[in-house]
This record gives sequence, structure tokens and C-alpha cells, in this order.
Amino acid sequence: MRNAKLPISWEMLAVAAALLYPLVPAVDDFLFRLTHWRFGFVMPTIFILAILALALNVVVGYAGLLHLGIAGFFGIGAYVTGILTVPAYPFGCSFWLAVLASTLVATAFGIVLSAPLLRLRGDYFALVTLGFGLAVMYSIRNLEEITAGTKSLNPVPPPELLPPFGQLFEAVGWGTDWASEYRLFYYLTLAFLLGTILLLRNLERSSLGRAWVALREDELAATCMGLNAARLKLAAFALSAALAGMAGSLYAIKLGSTADPLAYDFNRSVTMLCCLILGGLGNRNGVLLGVALILGYDNLLAPILDDVQRALGEQSGWKKIVLYPFTLLMSTKGKLMMFGLVLILMMRYRPEGLLPSSRVREEMHEGDPAPHTLPRKE
Amino acid sequence: MATVLLADSTWVLFVNICLNGLTTGFLYALIALGYTMVYGIVELINFAHGDLFMLGCFFAWSLVSAAAVATGSTGALLLLLAILLLTPLFCAAINWSVDRVIYRPRRSAPKLNLLVSAIGVSFIFMNIGQLWGGAQDLDFPRLVEDRNLLPADSGLQFSLIDAIVISVTVPTMIGLAIFVKLTPLGKAMRAVAQNPMAAQLMGINTNRVISATFLIGGALAGVGSVVYVLKIPTINWAMGFQNGLYAFTSAVLGGIGNIPGAVLGAILIGMVYSLGSWYDARWATTLVFLILIVILVFRPAGILGTHTREKV
Repeated sequence: MRNAKLPISWEMLAVAAALLYPLVPAVDDFLFRLTHWRFGFVMPTIFILAILALALNVVVGYAGLLHLGIAGFFGIGAYVTGILTVPAYPFGCSFWLAVLASTLVATAFGIVLSAPLLRLRGDYFALVTLGFGLAVMYSIRNLEEITAGTKSLNPVPPPELLPPFGQLFEAVGWGTDWASEYRLFYYLTLAFLLGTILLLRNLERSSLGRAWVALREDELAATCMGLNAARLKLAAFALSAALAGMAGSLYAIKLGSTADPLAYDFNRSVTMLCCLILGGLGNRNGVLLGVALILGYDNLLAPILDDVQRALGEQSGWKKIVLYPFTLLMSTKGKLMMFGLVLILMMRYRPEGLLPSSRVREEMHEGDPAPHTLPRKE
Repeated sequence: MATVLLADSTWVLFVNICLNGLTTGFLYALIALGYTMVYGIVELINFAHGDLFMLGCFFAWSLVSAAAVATGSTGALLLLLAILLLTPLFCAAINWSVDRVIYRPRRSAPKLNLLVSAIGVSFIFMNIGQLWGGAQDLDFPRLVEDRNLLPADSGLQFSLIDAIVISVTVPTMIGLAIFVKLTPLGKAMRAVAQNPMAAQLMGINTNRVISATFLIGGALAGVGSVVYVLKIPTINWAMGFQNGLYAFTSAVLGGIGNIPGAVLGAILIGMVYSLGSWYDARWATTLVFLILIVILVFRPAGILGTHTREKV
């Protein structure tokens, strides 16, 4: 820890800011006046997607396998929750049960899929996960009898508050209406995110976490030291699937529906990969920085710039000429290009990310290709 | 009598599906060749190749829209020849530039880094397609009057456009085979594919060979786009991703890096897709992805590829 001399770290400051944000309504109101967007309503989605990014980081960052189908598990989680909770089905499960079931089903899919995946080399692994993600998306869209296709399953009911929280929220005057009071989802999703971060933090320091890093750095050496590569990869893949399924479940509950199946397509997987690559593969804080930048852009900045652009379209003069191309590139219309540029530029100039862990930086800048990048040419 | 009729119509249907599958397969083959050649030489899954094909379609669309000629006229035929010449040049130029600017400086980087860069290029191409043609489907103007070449009472379908597709693709592929087999550059390509280090030691300029591969792959994708818009006259920005994956699946099915394998794989995938679309169009795509997964998992070397043990 280089900054051990500071009594508080950036990490703690960020957590404190996230916790305090809803308690100071003036900030949210100020941002609303500035942009006409309620940040508080968008933040829970970003927290949920941050869980998804951390899930992807388990496979890509810790274990060093390129996973291009995380959106598939996200979708499975969302649809299991949808099926278990919407009135069209007879189950009517409670929130906690639905989240648990989604996590378990996604884990089961992860374990089943990882069986054939374990012996594949890097690029084939990437393609099979890609194919899996797309197969899930198309299946969701085509199995209309079960998933309602593009119409999506809805309404997914909001969670019921556990006894002390209901009274607490009534007491502070927030009420218990999930639709109008953003703070309920805000704290719920933040709690899940912090839980995930704590879990991963402990895992990184456990023997399992260290074994993953050993595997990433040199699979052959790790295997020679007695690590069971297949079992470790399976664990990483299953954990990632579980967290992604949990995130999917929360996503469906937050949206109140399972969303168009397109929400679980390849773009979602690559957006998540962008967060990892921009922030720093394998480094939890780096990933969260990437999430803040990429998803902040995707969910807040780009829509705001859409508004700006629409307003500019009606104006004329120098303002339009100067700002229009810029806002076009940065708005939703230029989103794919931004993500593409991020991937290319980071790979070119800083493959270890903005906030790398020291180990990853060393791996990326070794003389010869890092070991997890097999196949090497003979 | 009734059973004979039934058997007869089933036979006609089957032949029609196969004919359609064959032309679709030749189409995928043109794109698959670009994947397989690049993979054979730099071991990069060129993710952006499908989107390059999409840009080729948009380029041809822009040319044809600008010219505005009547269907079936002499002008239209000349225009068809012109786009058949210009679109491959356009795609080849883009593919070469991408290699030059993005892949070449990172040639020694880990392979997965290059794959991620290729995904980035693919996204940029998609975005260009979005800005170029908008979010909706575009109709490609008909250049050739389509008609069935086979006698109508046989019930078989083989249209003029199918004939054009085959008469463009087959000579292109034969030309490619001759090029790779007989010319010095083709020999150099095979040498680099086999062992880049040894090829370099023998005095082959590997960078030049790789550039040439990207040029040829891009040109083939360009031919593919022209053929595609003739056969399926609807284009949109997302078409490259899907068709690219079909083509990639074809390349893997035939044995990636193997040129005849890519053609064989593409014809098989064309048949599967055609058969799947007849059964239920919605599931045809999923079927192709399942084939991709199964092949990669159980026989990564493909049908024609030799099974090489991974060296550590």
C-alpha cells in the first residue's frame, strides 16, 4: 500500500460520497436543474452494472480468460426473476427468493457451460462465450411462450421491505413507494454493490484469489506447482456467472420488467469489457473507476448530450458549428465509436488500464507476451 | 398417387433449399476467406471483418443511389460492373489501412490484446454504418430484373441473380486458389502462415505479406458485399456482425486457416441456414451459433484442418 500514510483512502471517500449523496437533496436538485436528469434515479442502474463489471473481472481480470458473453448470464438472471415474480406466472416469489434463485440458476448455467470451456485456448474460449451469450439472447427472444419475446415480462414487483427498514423509511419521511422515492433503490443496490466488493476483496486475499493470479501469470508453472487449473477456471467462471445472475435479477427488479432482450446482447458484454480495460484489468478499484467513467458516460453524459444536441439543432451561429460535431461524437449516436476508440487506444498505449494493479502492469510490459496470451507462435 | 405427389413436392422443396443454401454458402465463403486468410497468417480473429463487409454494402448503396438508373437497362449493367470493381477496392483500402494503423504497431503484443482491438474496430465500423445509413433498414435499388432460369413447371427456383452470384464467386475463388498456389506472393503467404520466423529468415518481408493478406481479404469482402446486395436487397448497420459470425463459423467449421476448408464450411453453413430458415427462420441464427460452439469445443481443427497439438 503506497498511500498507507494517509488515514483515509480514495476508496473510503468514494464509499462515503455514495452513501451521503441521497442525504443531501440539494446536490441532486442542482444536477437536475443543470441537466434535467435525475441522477438519483440513474445511479442504481450504474451500481447494478458495476456488480456485473466486477463479475466479469473475476474471469477476465483475475483468471485472465477473455469472456465475451457475460450479458448471457445477466439475461438469465433477469428472466429467472421475471418468471418467478410477474403476475402472469403462478410463482409470485418474494424479492429475496427471486434474487437467490436467479443467482443459483445462473451459477448452474455457468458450471454446465464451463465443462466444455475449460480445455479451450484463449481465442476459442472468447468465441464460445460470445456464441453462448448470443444463443441466450436469441433464445430469450424466440421462446415467446416463456419469455414474452420482445414484449418482455412485466410488471416485476418492487421488493418488500424487511420490518425495521420499512418503519425506518417511514420515520425519516421517505415513505415506502419504490417508484417515486429513488433513495430506496439507491441504498438497496448500493448495499448489494458494497457486499460484492467486500466479498471480492476477501477473495482476492484468499488462497483461491492468489491461485487465480498464478494461473493468469503462467498456467504451466501454476499447474506444475500443483494447482488444478481446470477446477480454478471452473470456480472463476461459476462465481462470475453467479454475480452476473444476481446483477440481472436486480436489474429486472429496478426496471420493473425484464426489458427488451436486446439489453442482453453483445454490446452489453463489450461495454462491460470496456469498463475493465479502461479502468484496469484485475484491479477492483480500477474496474470501479472504469465503471464510473464508461457507465457514467453511457447512462448520464450521452443522454444529456443528446438533449444538448437537440437544443443546438434549433440554434444557429458559431455555437452550433463548434459544439455540434463534438456533441454528435459524444452523444448516443457516437457511443459505439467512443467504446471502440477506448478499446483500441487503451490496447495500444496502456493495456494495463488507468489504474492498474502493479502485477498486471508488470505482466503487460514484459519482454515477451504475457503467458495467458497463448497461443504463441512456435 | 397422392404419396407420389407428396414425395415429388418434398423432393422439389429439398432441391430448392439446397440451391438456395448453395448460393448463400458461396456468399459466406467470400467473407469467410478473409477471416481464414488473416487468421492463417497473424492468428488474429479479425472481428471487424463482418463490419467491413457491411461498409462495402453501404458504399455500393451510395454509388447506386447517386447514379439512379433504371432496372435492367444497359446503364444498370455498367453500374453493376463499376460497383463490382470499386467496392472491393474500397474495402481493400480500408482493411489495409486498419492493419497499417492499428494492428501492425502491436504485432508482437499478446494475441488477446489484438482481438480486443479488433472488437474496437468493429464497433467503430458499426458506428460509421449508423451515421452513414441511419438506424433503419435501407432498400438497395434493383439493378437486374430477376427471373427464374429453370422451367416454371418443374417448381425449381434458380434465379438469374443466383446465376450471377455463382458466376462472380466461383471464378473469384478459383483465381484466389491459383494466386495462393502459384504466384511468388502466394507462396510467401503460405510460408508466413507456416512459420513467420523461418519465413523472415528466408528473406520474406513478412509485413508486406501481411499487408497483402489484408488487401486480398478486404477485396473478397467487397465482392461479397456486392453479391449480397444483389441477392438480399436490404441493408442495415447491424448486418455485418451477424453475417460476419456466420462467415466466421464457416471458417471454423472448415478448419480455420485452411482456404478450401473455408469454402466447404461456408457451403455447409449456407445449407444449414437455408434448411433452418425453412423450418423456422427465428431459430436459424441460434442453430448456427450452436454449431460454432460445438465445433470449437469438440473439433477445434474443423473438418479439413489438421489436428495439431497445442505447444506450450
